[in-house]
Amino acid sequence: MKPASFDYHAPPTLAEAVELMARLHEEGVDAKILAGGQSLMPMLAMRVARPEVLVDLGKIKSLDYIREESGAIAIGAMTSKRAAEASALIERQQPLFHAATKLVGHRQIRNRGSVGGSFAHADPASEYPAVALVLDIVFKAVGPEGERTIPAGDFFVTYMTTSLESTEVLTEVRLPVLPAGTGWAIQEFARRNGDLALAGVATTLKLAAGVCADVRLAAFGVNATAVRLTGAEEFLRGKRPDRAVLAQAAAMAANDLDEPMSCVHASADYRRHLIRVLAERCLLEAAARAI
Amino acid sequence: MTTKQRICITVNGVRHEREVEPRLTLVDFLRHELYLGGTHVGCEHGICGVCTVLIDGRSARSCLALAVQADGCDVTTVEGLRDGATAQLHPIQQAFVEAHGLQCGFCTPGFMMTTLELLTENADPSDDEIKEALGGNLCRCTGYESIIASVRLAARRLREQQGA
Ligand SMILES: Cc1cc2nc3c(=O)[nH]c(=O)nc-3n(C[C@H](O)[C@H](O)[C@H](O)COP(=O)(O)OP(=O)(O)OC[C@H]3O[C@@H](n4cnc5c(N)ncnc54)[C@H](O)[C@@H]3O)c2cc1C
Ligand code: FES
Ligand code: FES
Repeated sequence: MKPASFDYHAPPTLAEAVELMARLHEEGVDAKILAGGQSLMPMLAMRVARPEVLVDLGKIKSLDYIREESGAIAIGAMTSKRAAEASALIERQQPLFHAATKLVGHRQIRNRGSVGGSFAHADPASEYPAVALVLDIVFKAVGPEGERTIPAGDFFVTYMTTSLESTEVLTEVRLPVLPAGTGWAIQEFARRNGDLALAGVATTLKLAAGVCADVRLAAFGVNATAVRLTGAEEFLRGKRPDRAVLAQAAAMAANDLDEPMSCVHASADYRRHLIRVLAERCLLEAAARAI
Repeated sequence: MTTKQRICITVNGVRHEREVEPRLTLVDFLRHELYLGGTHVGCEHGICGVCTVLIDGRSARSCLALAVQADGCDVTTVEGLRDGATAQLHPIQQAFVEAHGLQCGFCTPGFMMTTLELLTENADPSDDEIKEALGGNLCRCTGYESIIASVRLAARRLREQQGA
């Protein structure tokens, strides 16, 4: 369980990191970005990943920030999950993202793991991609051609794959502030506290005159990426969020899923069952919070 | 061949300069370069928590950090708990002894370092807060109840010390 050899660079600025990634790419060198290492280090130890060079973003202080900017919360990619968890701004203005952060791993993992790293890593069982789909999070990335913005809907491609180019650095994650009165919830099932989820659901629910005006529902841990459950979302529009209606929507969400993944810990059928149960609980919780 | 890197890491207050391969993990640096064997190594991929140390005051799995990443950092290991002048056990260590927080002791350094971070932040944690904080550390012997009792005892002793 020791990583294979690699060379290591820790550029002090973003510009130098981007230039270095571009140069290594041109030279045909297999280089990988290192952030908090909480996913990449296990992959190196098991030699699932064997890059020739690691480019560590840890020295780039300009990628570590949380600030409010015109109705959004901007988080630098290298901000630790611990800092996001400790941020009163995030807890107040974006409680869904805050609750999701607390579900990620254990304190040792959140101390070192970056906010950006979880999105770039795109683990299908991670909480963050589902929250990105529910909230329409926007990503900023910088590559040799400059900066571009990527909406969540275009960011996650498949299992552990995003639309980031191998030379691009994810620099910022922009969360919209949750509008006052919007209900929200995130629930998951894991074998042990802090483990990656076998299945989970995240939701926001907005009411107007007592009926559902806008519901966002996404599942994680079941398919190759997090998925929006649009059938259930549509079904709820214009309906009163009473228990029977929410249960019907949850059943619809579970039925509509593409065949879930299956492993020794949970069969496809069990995962589908979990999504129904968790979706119902999430919708109830979100409806109770909505005003 | 990879290029070795010169790094300087402060461990338990002592500066150490070494040339290391980039792939050397922090836990192997502590154990094999500095001969500090108190930090244990189990799974080597982030699952068990036995390798927990503090990096700049924050608990971290030292198998998931490279020594080169800790260049310039302040690391605290289990060897740093005991009082250097009096050689007395730290109240956390004493509490683990008295409340039977260990059997084989393999997991103990990790639990104690996580406890150190918890009690620095929260002098009087509830049982739920203790369980949440220790959730990333595994123990195959105790069944955890005596570990939770040890943390409770340590918290009380530290509060009394502060009050005194
Ligand atoms: C015991 C344990 C439990 C965990 N539980 C959970 C959990 O419940 N939920 C969860 O979501 N995660 C969990 N994780 C994973 C953890 O959250 C990681 O921190 C996270 O997935 C990656 O963030 P990182 O900063 O550590 O990135 P790294 O591990 O350094 O990098 C991960 C990948 O992303 C790429 N990358 C990172 N940052 C950038 C960037 N800025 N630009 C471009 N590419 C980048 C890297 O090249 C690499 O491929 C767990 C990990 C462990 C060890
Ligand atoms: S040895 Fe580091 S977590 Fe198991
Ligand atoms: S005391 Fe033996 S593993 Fe915990």
